[in-house]
Amino acid sequence: MALPRLAVTQAVLDPQALAASVSSASSTPVGAVATFVGLVRAENMGRRVQYLEYEAYEPLAVRAFARIETELAERYPHLVIGVHHRTGRLAVGEASVAIAVASAHRADAFVACRYAIERLKQIAPIWKHEYFDEGEVWIEGATADPDDEAAKSEAWRRTCA
Amino acid sequence: MRVTVRLFARLRELAGASELERTVDGPATIGSVWADLVNSFPALAPYSRTISAARNLEYARPDAPVEEGDEIAFLPPVSGGSTNAPSGEDPV
Repeated sequence: MALPRLAVTQAVLDPQALAASVSSASSTPVGAVATFVGLVRAENMGRRVQYLEYEAYEPLAVRAFARIETELAERYPHLVIGVHHRTGRLAVGEASVAIAVASAHRADAFVACRYAIERLKQIAPIWKHEYFDEGEVWIEGATADPDDEAAKSEAWRRTCA
Repeated sequence: MRVTVRLFARLRELAGASELERTVDGPATIGSVWADLVNSFPALAPYSRTISAARNLEYARPDAPVEEGDEIAFLPPVSGGSTNAPSGEDPV
């Protein structure tokens, strides 16, 4: 069964399928699909990473994705976005997050894709437990207040739009 | 009243549970539910200033009231990376 466009899943991510789903969900002609895929990096802050475990507060995470979709729709009403984030144990090189944006033109697709990942990092309740050569550490989770306009502005700034 | 408390990541590990049924005295707030939890699990105390919370899947402030049957989630902070750091340092 296909995942919803906004989802948290333990399954291996399929960015191509996500890209196809946003494209086919668009009610207006699509001329561009931008995708972002975040991978488990082999090194972090000087540590050699063995594997990661992601943990999410799933229903709130999906709400955060929906919020990002709504924020984007305020500027780009015809975009279609898909966000899939994986949880559980991931090996180095595996995809932890996939984002796809379909739009009429490439400029909007690139901007929206960048905005979505920056915003996800701010407000999605997803934590990362890093296991490295000498130990383990919780290194990530998002706790920015979703209503914090400064954080939102920072996410827009990073899109260079 | 009874509420369900959800804990994640480091908080889950410190309390040894991801979900707890708690009985708290009313009237209760997010802050009083947390304080009661810290009483039971003193190891959580260092997080008092840095957690955020959600009530029934909506972010909620410490003074927000809590009602019977609510699901209260306590969300631990970012401990690496910063929304203010240059993007090159973001541990994505």
